[in-house]
Amino acid sequence: MALIKLNPLNQRRLRNFKANRRAFWSLWIFCFLFFLSLFAEFLANDRPLLVNYRGEMHVPVLNFYPETAFGGDFRTEAVYRDIEVQCLIISGGLEDCWDDPETVIEAAQNGALAESVEDFQQGWILWPPVRYSFNTVADIGRAAPSPPDDNHILGTDDTARDVMARVIYGFRVSVLFTLVVTLATSVIGIAAGAVQGYFGGLIDLLFQRFIEIWSGIPSLYIIIIVASIFTMNFWLLAGLMTAFGWMALVGVVRAEFLRARNFEYVRAARALGVRDRVIMFRHVLPNAMVASLTLLPFIVTGNIAALASLDFLGFGLPSSEPSLGELTLQAKRNLQAPWLGFTAFFTFAVMLSLLVFIFEGVRDAFDPRKTFQ
Amino acid sequence: MSLLEVKNLRVSFRQDGKVFEAVKGVSFSVESSETVALVGESGSGKSVTALSTVSLLGENAMVEGSVTYGGTEMVGAPERDLRRVRGNDISFIFQEPMTSLNPLHTLEKQLGESLSLHQGLSGAAARERIIELLTKVGIREPESRLGSYPHQLSGGQRQRVMIAMALANGPELLVADEPTTALDVTIQAQILELLADLKRSEGMSLLFITHDLGIVRKIADRVCVMKDGEIVETGPTAEIFDNPRHPYTQTLLAAEPTGAPYPVPDFAKEILATENLKIWFPIQKGLLKRTVGHVKAVNDATLRLKEGETLGIVGESGSGKTTLALAIMRLLSSEGDIMFMRQELHNWTERRIRSIRKDMQIVFQDPYGSLSPRMTVEQVIAEGLSVHDVPGSHDKRGLVAETMREVGLEPEMMDRYPHEFSGGQRQRIAIARAMILKPKLLVLDEPTSALDMTVQVQIVELLRDLQRKHGLAYLFISHDLRVVRALSHKVIVMKQGDVVEAGEAAQIFASPKTAYTRELMAAALNLDSKAG
Repeated sequence: MALIKLNPLNQRRLRNFKANRRAFWSLWIFCFLFFLSLFAEFLANDRPLLVNYRGEMHVPVLNFYPETAFGGDFRTEAVYRDIEVQCLIISGGLEDCWDDPETVIEAAQNGALAESVEDFQQGWILWPPVRYSFNTVADIGRAAPSPPDDNHILGTDDTARDVMARVIYGFRVSVLFTLVVTLATSVIGIAAGAVQGYFGGLIDLLFQRFIEIWSGIPSLYIIIIVASIFTMNFWLLAGLMTAFGWMALVGVVRAEFLRARNFEYVRAARALGVRDRVIMFRHVLPNAMVASLTLLPFIVTGNIAALASLDFLGFGLPSSEPSLGELTLQAKRNLQAPWLGFTAFFTFAVMLSLLVFIFEGVRDAFDPRKTFQ
Repeated sequence: MSLLEVKNLRVSFRQDGKVFEAVKGVSFSVESSETVALVGESGSGKSVTALSTVSLLGENAMVEGSVTYGGTEMVGAPERDLRRVRGNDISFIFQEPMTSLNPLHTLEKQLGESLSLHQGLSGAAARERIIELLTKVGIREPESRLGSYPHQLSGGQRQRVMIAMALANGPELLVADEPTTALDVTIQAQILELLADLKRSEGMSLLFITHDLGIVRKIADRVCVMKDGEIVETGPTAEIFDNPRHPYTQTLLAAEPTGAPYPVPDFAKEILATENLKIWFPIQKGLLKRTVGHVKAVNDATLRLKEGETLGIVGESGSGKTTLALAIMRLLSSEGDIMFMRQELHNWTERRIRSIRKDMQIVFQDPYGSLSPRMTVEQVIAEGLSVHDVPGSHDKRGLVAETMREVGLEPEMMDRYPHEFSGGQRQRIAIARAMILKPKLLVLDEPTSALDMTVQVQIVELLRDLQRKHGLAYLFISHDLRVVRALSHKVIVMKQGDVVEAGEAAQIFASPKTAYTRELMAAALNLDSKAG
């Protein structure tokens, strides 16, 4: 049973979208990648997913455990990448770990310890596929950036952080950022356009002049100024981008409302005494949705590009944050390390292509002139 | 040999993988200097037949059969040959004169384009020919009109320009697709006369497509009656009208709103009264928005309406009929007193008006535009219930079903969407939407003019029944005098915002006092008498 009963028009649109195989598969691939990246902490982390220490289960990926919990000395969080800590966990807290952890681990795993040590309880560590988080500085034993190898399948960047981990987290930040900003700008833009178009007259006139002045403000300078006062973070940047990006949809929505407010079924609703707010939502807004949807791909990809370019210029998120723009900047600075440039390029190419394919399909599905046979 | 010969023409459209057959094996011919009329109701495939003669249909159309023009096969002919025939040998006039002319071009440019394309005329020669054409179609002072834009012309003048464009290259066959449907009755008569004159003087053939039998009788030599994509009867005009053989033709001929409204009860209360109602739209100029004048949409309208009574408002387009109705519904602001159910509405706020909206409802002209395509019929009809309290509104579906039955719709259809319904059914839905609130006053803004004749008759009957049953007061706006006569107790005649005549319907129809009313009657009922 369908959860939402679609009207025939939307059913046909859905059918048309599904008939466009490229768009349909792009949507699934994108959703899959995005879904995976939402669980980035479980994919790429310097804390294990699960630890068995002396028969007790610990979930370091979610919880804080001091080193003392594993028989260590510090009350700070255990550094699971340290071979000594790994040794403590596996051997169940043997003192010998401080001297020669490699040997102890080997002995624990081939069963030698179980015979020689009394009350020995072997532990184990379950690691995520990538054992580095986006901000883990890896001990690579040579000059960073290092090329791809077994430990770092995409190499490391110039501060010896794992590129694969940064791409996973960076993809998530990019997509979340563009979703948040697109959602916020669309809601504000559609609301503003709706009010202007529906009521018209003086409201429209004043609002339009305000938009003209507002869009004249150089947003890059504002971002630079704000960045020099506050530490930039995700929400502040999203807020700034929203504040200067909501005008994109006002034009089309306003035009659609101006057109649709004189439709006879709108007039009929007014004659029924339906409130303006309800009329706008129920009768007029659906007319504006098609026009808004055709603009949406530009807004979505535009926001991804905007975040990347701000990061590239150094005015975006702090460089410790995972960011594809920052990766691009590193690639430019380290031309001798082509894996950085290729990774950044292919990540952007795949992400933007998928989005373009999806929205192309959405736009075609909404096109009333397209008949699919 | 016939000029145009159509043999076993089949046209089907493909959409969403489904094939819909619009024309199912149609055969007819047009001899030279002959007028053939294709008659039928909407959806009968008459326009599709005409358009397919020169392959003007969209890409999803599949045409089979044979169309020969002067012996040349047109179906499947190369696009280049078709282009030479289109506009040159076969010209078209369409229904809507406003959208058929490019609003950004002057008359000289519109007409000149076709002349330079097909005849290579330009400069002074083209200009001369344009003036000649405009004179021929009866546009006065054509020299001064050359620089005009379409919006500066009236509907009738625009249709004349369209005809001039069609004539520009001396076509042998003129296809006129409902050329007078969008025009007022008095203008209709003039355009038909013009077409008949031109046909004679130019020696053209005319393929005339219409749903209006009155026009057919006036202009056609032969008639083909179409129904559901097939020609059910064909023959000389006089024969068809005097002795229709096919039952469908008989229904068409008999379809005319007749009868009289039920009498108003003696003790009926007055429900609506306006006193010198004025609707002026200010024209503002300059920075300070100084009002420099007014567009006087309605001047001094005074009317009275009782329960169970119908007041017909007649007039040509632009006479202020609809504006008056919208002002009474308080959808436009106006000056002057409006008494509704003994309450003075004039200065009420929108919030206060909302409380009495359920007592006054409106049904619009276009049943395609007045229903939101995204809502089911149930949602459309029940919309008013979300705003107003109506007895029995706790059982929404039950009330909707009851109302649907009352307007002659199957309640089982309430979960469908408007596009699945025919024009007449849609108009019933629109009436149901108004009726569910049990109003006292129903404003009907040309509720029948977008419908086929046979459907008009049904709607008029439905309206009469509802009036008797519920004691409804109707404000009936129409330019169609036949429908007005069948429904109205009283009539007011409007011209350019003024009420030129008012009184009992019977009296006005029997002895119109003003010249304007006489002119209206002559135009409408002249066609009428010939058709009847």
